[in-house]
Amino acid sequence: MRPAAAKSIVADIDHHLIAITTDFSGEEVLIFGAVDQPGDVVMSLWGPLTQVQVHRKERVAGIWINRDMVTFGDVPGFYGIAASRPLADILSPGVLEQYRLGVGHLQIKTLSADSNTLQSVNDYQEALLQQREKASLYAEKAGRVNFIGDTLFRANLRLPSTVPTGKFLIEVYLVRDGQIIDAQTIPLVISKVGFGADIYRFANRHGFAYGVVALVLSLALGWLAHLIFRRR
Amino acid sequence: MLSALLDWLLSFQIYLPIAEISISVPLLLALGGGVGFLSGLFGVGGGFLLTPLLIFIGIPPAVAVGTQSNQVVASSVSGVLVHWGRGNVDFMMGVALLIGGVFGSSIGIVIFSLLKHFGQIDVVIAISYVVTLGALGLLMLVESIQALRRVRRKAPPRKLHQHTWAHGLPFKFRFKKSRLYISALLPIAIGAMVGLMSAIMGVGGAFMLVPAMIYLLGMPTSVVIGTSLFQIIFVSGYVTILQSWQNHAVDILLSLLLTVGSVVGAQVGGRVGVRLPGEQLRFLLASLIVLMALLLLIELVRRPAELYAITTLGGLH
Repeated sequence: MRPAAAKSIVADIDHHLIAITTDFSGEEVLIFGAVDQPGDVVMSLWGPLTQVQVHRKERVAGIWINRDMVTFGDVPGFYGIAASRPLADILSPGVLEQYRLGVGHLQIKTLSADSNTLQSVNDYQEALLQQREKASLYAEKAGRVNFIGDTLFRANLRLPSTVPTGKFLIEVYLVRDGQIIDAQTIPLVISKVGFGADIYRFANRHGFAYGVVALVLSLALGWLAHLIFRRR
Repeated sequence: MLSALLDWLLSFQIYLPIAEISISVPLLLALGGGVGFLSGLFGVGGGFLLTPLLIFIGIPPAVAVGTQSNQVVASSVSGVLVHWGRGNVDFMMGVALLIGGVFGSSIGIVIFSLLKHFGQIDVVIAISYVVTLGALGLLMLVESIQALRRVRRKAPPRKLHQHTWAHGLPFKFRFKKSRLYISALLPIAIGAMVGLMSAIMGVGGAFMLVPAMIYLLGMPTSVVIGTSLFQIIFVSGYVTILQSWQNHAVDILLSLLLTVGSVVGAQVGGRVGVRLPGEQLRFLLASLIVLMALLLLIELVRRPAELYAITTLGGLH
């Protein structure tokens, strides 16, 4: 094991696995650590990367329907930032872009676009970012980094109940005089566990059997209801 | 004080594994109960009310439709057992409708999958609701106003049914309970149309089937509800399995909570319904259907709050 003193920053998370159970209503993740000398700490928590389709609605014969479409790749399902001070006060726009920090600096790829959407791909991407921000899935203030004394820090990052499942990464940066001095990454897995996860897996892997179970269950429930209420 | 109590109640959240959102348990129970009450009152499944409401509270439309089919099975079973006991189920007619229903709903599921793939399922669900509810609601409204007037004038009721071209079709069959001698093609065609729509809309289809049986087939009202419930169990059960298999769109937990709410609500509604005169009930139901269609129509033509619709692909673990 590498001695902690060799690095300028060390950080860890309280749980490397977040379980989504049937009573899941979002979660605060606790990230804590230490720096060798006073400085600012910025961290991003993001994952998993997926493809996303964005349709633009248009009025056709008086009705609003989905028309032109752009498909984006490498879109994180969640992207949150926590910092010890406002991001713009800590790092210059150039450095933020270099380290891809901030919702505006996400490296989203355009995979396909209809010929008549080529001009307006940026509008589609902007709409995607806006809606995700509105849903608290993208947040530049997902939490705050608080220092305890000069060298110990802790941060709470808020994950909404709609956070997707999959593999996540937390990137923790130590900043001094507008420069990133050191960094550390921490893996995080969010997955469904317990009863809810079993149902989900069963439904996706054995769809037919799941349907039969759902059917039998509702037949039984209907019959049960009949028995209960007939006696009265 | 009251709002604090409400907040406390709503805080019982449950994570729905297929819909993939957390939602308040009492809210779902109340929703099921409210719609169950109306369905008990009017003798219809209530799916046409519940599915739009589920979408409104944030359940993905595909999951709302898929789950609703499953919930319809439970409420139809408890309904049909009552009618069975009274001998008000025409099995021959039910089977004829069922043959068409299985055919129609199979096609409906394929269309559903295709539309989901092309990102158009939401708008098609909404348009289907507006068209069917609008047309039916208006027809019922006119009919029930006429019926109300007739009751007032104490005029004799109309003849059971008029003879039309449809009575010249081949494969004539005697449906004893319904006291009808008509072509089996007629109920099969009706079953197919209703099956198609109910697969796309996530409803049992009683609100379409019942008027079709009364006005198109000329069945006596006494056997209509029992027979329609009988065939709806099978068609909805079949759709439940197909929706699970093809679209992974049935949420057992959601269905369970809605069912518990709706069976209780339906019992209460049924008891209240007995005390109200039929013509006025039909008028109320028709008004409710027209209102629902209007609300959905406004949603369709109003400029949406979000001009861009986002669909996440894959990424399932």
